[in-house]
Formats: sequence, structure tokens, C-alpha cells
Amino acid sequence: MENNGLPKKNPLSLQLDLSKFSQESFAPATDEEKRQQDVMSKSTTFFRDGMRKLFKNPLAVISLILLAAILLTIIIAPMVVPYSYEEILSVNGKRDKGAKNLAPFTYSQMEQKYIDQGGERFPHIFGTDEQCRDYFIRVVYATRISLFIGFFASIIVLIIGMLYGSISGYMGGRADLIMMRVVDVIYSLPDMLMIILLQVVLNERLQFPAGSFLSRMGTSMVSLFIVFGLLYWVGMARLIRGQILSIKENEYVLAARSIGAKPGRIIRKHIIPNCLSVIVISSALQIPSATFTESFLSFVGIGVKAPMPSLGSLANAAREGLQSYPYKLVFPAIVICLIVLSLNLLGDGLRDAFDPKLKR
Amino acid sequence: MGKYIIKRVLLAVLTVFVICAITFFLMHAVPGGPFNREKALSEATVAALNARYNLDKPLGEQFLLYLRNLLHGDFGVSLKNGREIKAIIGESFPISARLGISAMLVALVLGTVLGSTAALMRNRLPDRLIVFFSTLFTAVPSFILATMLLLIFCIELQWVPVWSATSHNYLLPVIALSAYPMAYITRLSKTSMLDALSQDYIRTARAKGVSKFKMIFKHALRNSLIPVITYAGPQIAYIITGSMVIETIFTVGGLGSKFVSAITNRDYTLIMATTIFLAALMVAANLICDLLYKLVDPRIKYD
Repeated sequence: MENNGLPKKNPLSLQLDLSKFSQESFAPATDEEKRQQDVMSKSTTFFRDGMRKLFKNPLAVISLILLAAILLTIIIAPMVVPYSYEEILSVNGKRDKGAKNLAPFTYSQMEQKYIDQGGERFPHIFGTDEQCRDYFIRVVYATRISLFIGFFASIIVLIIGMLYGSISGYMGGRADLIMMRVVDVIYSLPDMLMIILLQVVLNERLQFPAGSFLSRMGTSMVSLFIVFGLLYWVGMARLIRGQILSIKENEYVLAARSIGAKPGRIIRKHIIPNCLSVIVISSALQIPSATFTESFLSFVGIGVKAPMPSLGSLANAAREGLQSYPYKLVFPAIVICLIVLSLNLLGDGLRDAFDPKLKR
Repeated sequence: MGKYIIKRVLLAVLTVFVICAITFFLMHAVPGGPFNREKALSEATVAALNARYNLDKPLGEQFLLYLRNLLHGDFGVSLKNGREIKAIIGESFPISARLGISAMLVALVLGTVLGSTAALMRNRLPDRLIVFFSTLFTAVPSFILATMLLLIFCIELQWVPVWSATSHNYLLPVIALSAYPMAYITRLSKTSMLDALSQDYIRTARAKGVSKFKMIFKHALRNSLIPVITYAGPQIAYIITGSMVIETIFTVGGLGSKFVSAITNRDYTLIMATTIFLAALMVAANLICDLLYKLVDPRIKYD
């Protein structure tokens, strides 16, 4: 074996026998070789990683598209369709008595005559209802109201639940114990029965000064918010308290504290980012359940009051004359199912993307 | 265990008391006395009626009297037709109970069967179909499903007779009522079955050469049932409220439809009594389920 200028191995040593290697093996790495060692993937943030996972989930993407389509429709449709949701149809200022329960895309006799004379009439995409109102625009407004209620109810629940839960979680000790007993009792109340009861009473009792914002929304809607706010926050409060308690115990919080981080910094940098995904996901899942409850209450007749439509009250109204005009049930029914389905799937997708631990 | 049972029972009693208080004071916050009718009654009649129903006493005392009456099983009388509420509940509750229990049984049995099938045939066609339909059915409100069923099978196809005094057909109401819990239980039992199948004891059983049948039924299924049992308790609340609209739609004369018509008629005593009755039922069902759960799964800690 030829000597390559490297020291010879002691026969008893367990070290590598360097004399077996050539001199080139020890040459410095070239630039190309160095580049191979670079990390191939770009650095990613928690949010970006979650979004990437979300967009890889076909169901979540489909529901996002569906929701976007529904949102666009309910924003744009009232600008395009010349009817309003409580407007009884009229032709040239005269009441059109024949426009009752028209099938989709048909015109009444009066309207037909008007069109024959050269007038233009916007088609009734979903037909008309029993009081000669355009049904499409009613469904659009009903969707607006149902979504609005779902969205605001979950925000109210979020705010109350977050405040209560975080106070209880931070304080700990006796205050926490008492606050959680209150939650236990409210939690064990049968929510639906209490909602019905509160709704019955509040509908009668609530009165607002005429012309104010609250009175324009209508007592029934305000009482719905109060009812949701009173009963549904307990679940959120429990969730947030549990999160805070478990995050507080984590090693990284201890580490932060031991290097002298102030409580404000710990809350901002460690506790909030770590509960955020749980909070967002459970609020997202709260929207469909609030929409569901609202449509149930409107169906029973104690939800949103006429002439304001809601998907539940439209479905209830459609039960009259169901045999002759089944489309009046089908349209709101499809919209409710689509909204609840896509919000559920989106919430599940968010959960899988941002917090796989939460999966049941 | 004993301490835990006592704690849970006390909490349940407290809950029922809170419910009674809320219901009583809320119903008394409604404007207008119970004897406000279109035809004005004479003052003497109103005074006599108020005395008869203790309405002349202070509110706190009225509440105590109401509680005492409740404990004696006296729910008072309906404001609209003057009938004893006890009699109304007595005749309509069995119908609701029958409907609810059948729906719950259907949901439990079919739900676990479908869920386990989906878990065992993971990622094959049956699994995908079951997951698709169970996701779909959790998004359909029961009142819409019920109305659709009524329209299709009773009116259009006339396969099933409409509910009347002479024909009591529970088929469609049970389907409508059980659809949502069934879909939910299917999803739940699929996850828990998958979870159970990946456990070490299943691998041990298979390594020992246990037949597939025995492995599924003796080891996996039993353990996967625990989350389903926990879910079944709170579901009673869903069944009861869901039954309100479904009974109304199918014109079944159960307690649920009586409750809905009491709401529309503003029959406050009937609303109050039915709420308390149903709420006590739900609390009791939850209590029993919680205790059973602890019995079934000894791993749960009593805290």
C-alpha cells in the first residue's frame, strides 16, 4: 500500500486507518457541495403552515367556495333584483293580485301583458309567495338574517366566554372554584328549553325607543342575541379556562418566567397564540349551531318576526300549501343545509389544519 | 364512588330547583295576568280566581306554594282550556316517550353498526358512502327532513298514512327524529372503533390467534361503545326538543306538540309545567347516564 502522506495507523489502535484514504478526500468542500447542505424548504410560520394544510383539504376548499358564492349572492342580489323583501308586487303602480304563488321563472297575467306591451320585468327566479312577494329576494334576505344571527351570536358567546374563562383561569383558587360552579349549573340547564322560555318572555317584555338601532333590528332579534349570550357562553368559558390552565403549566412558560419575562409578555407571546387556534375553531363551529337554533326557533314561531324573513320561518310558512308549492320549502331548505354543511366542513378543516389535537 | 354519586345527585337537585325558579319568575314577568281575556271578567270573579290560584299572595310565597304543589304532583291547570295539566301530560307523554325511545334505539343500533362497518372497511366504498351520508345528515335540520318525508311519502306517494285518530304510524316520525343522532353516532363510533382497533390489546388478541369475529365483538366493539354511551345522555335533550317540531309537523298528539301549541297560544301555566317536567326528565337522564358511564368504564376518575 502506497503512502499518501498521512500518518500510519498503530496496529492496536481502533481509529480509522487514514492511510487508506487519498489526499483529495480531505479537500475543502466546493461551493456546489456546500449548497447541497442548505435547507431545501423555506421557513414557515404557524399560520402559513395551517393555511397550506387547509387548502390541501378538498372538502374545506369546496365549502370555502360555496360560502363565498353564498356571501356574494346575498351581497349583490339586493342591488340587482329590483324588488324588496316586504314589497307586494305591483305593475305600473297597480297591485298585481295575480302574482300569488307563481312558480319559478313565470309571470302573472298582468306582468305578461306589461311585457307584451314592451315593458321589462325582472324574472321571479324562485317564483313568488302567498302574499305576492318575490320569493328569491325573500330567501336572500332570510339567508342574510340567518347568517348575521349566527355570526353575531358566536361573537357574543366568544366575548363573554373569553372574559369569564380567562379571569377564572388566571385567578385560580377559590374565585375559580366559585365561578366554575356557576358554569356547572348553567351548563346542566337544558339549553333549548331555557332558550324557548326566555324567548317567549323577552319577546313580550323587551321594548326599545322608536327609531333607535335596537328597535330597527326588532325585539325578536335582540332577544335572540340575549338568549344566546346568556346560555351558550358557558361552553366557551370552560374551553378557554381549560386551555389557559394547561398552557400555564407548560415548560416554555416556566422557562420564560425563569429568564425574567413579565406576565404581560407571557400572556401576549405564549398564552394567547397557543389558545388562539382553539378559540377560532370553536367560534367557527358555533356559527352553524347558532344558525340551526335560530331556524328552529323561527320554525316554532318565536324567532325572527314577520315581515322579516328567516330561513326557518320561510320553511315554516311553506308548510301551508306544501303539496301545490313544494319549491317554497325546497329553496330555503337547500340554503340552510348548504350553509350548515359548509360551515361544519370548514370548521372541521380548520381544526384539522390548525389543531389536530382537538380531533375527537 | 359514594361521594361522587351524592355530589352528582345534589347538583341535579340544585339544577332542577334553579330551573323551577327561572321558569316561575320568568313566567310571572310576562305582562298581563292569566285572566286577561277578550271579555272582561267582573272584579269579584277576578278576585275569587286570584284567591283560588293564590295569585293574591306575594310572589315569593306563590313560588313556595307552587313548589309544594309540584312536589305533590300538582302542575296546576291550563289557562286556555282549564284542564288539569297533570292529565294533559299523562295522556300525551306516553306518545312522546314511545316516539323518543324508538328513535333513540334506532339511532344507537344503526349508528354503531354503520360506524363500526365504516371503521372496519376503512377507505373502501361502504366507508366513503357512510361518511358522506352521515356528514350530510348532520347538516339537515330535523324539521326540514320531517316536512320532506311528509311531502314525499305521505302526500305524493301515499305509502304511509298520515297520522290521525285512527292510524298511528310511527315510521316517518321515528326516521325524522333519529336521523341526526344516528348520523352523529355513526361518526362518533367510527372514530372510537378505529381508536379501539389500534390498541395494543387488539394486537395481542390477534397474535394469540383470536378469530376476527371474536376480536371485533368481544374486544373492539365493547371498548368503542364508551363514547357512544356518554353521547347518548345529552342526546335525550335533543330528542325531546326535536320531537317538538316533528310531532307538530306530523300532527302527533304528544307532549312536544302540546308544548309548541302552548307557546303559540301563550298558555303560560302549561308552558311552565311542561318546561319543568321536561327539564327534570333531561337532568335525570343525564345523571343516570353519567353514573352508568362511571360504572361501565372504571378508568374514569371521580373528581
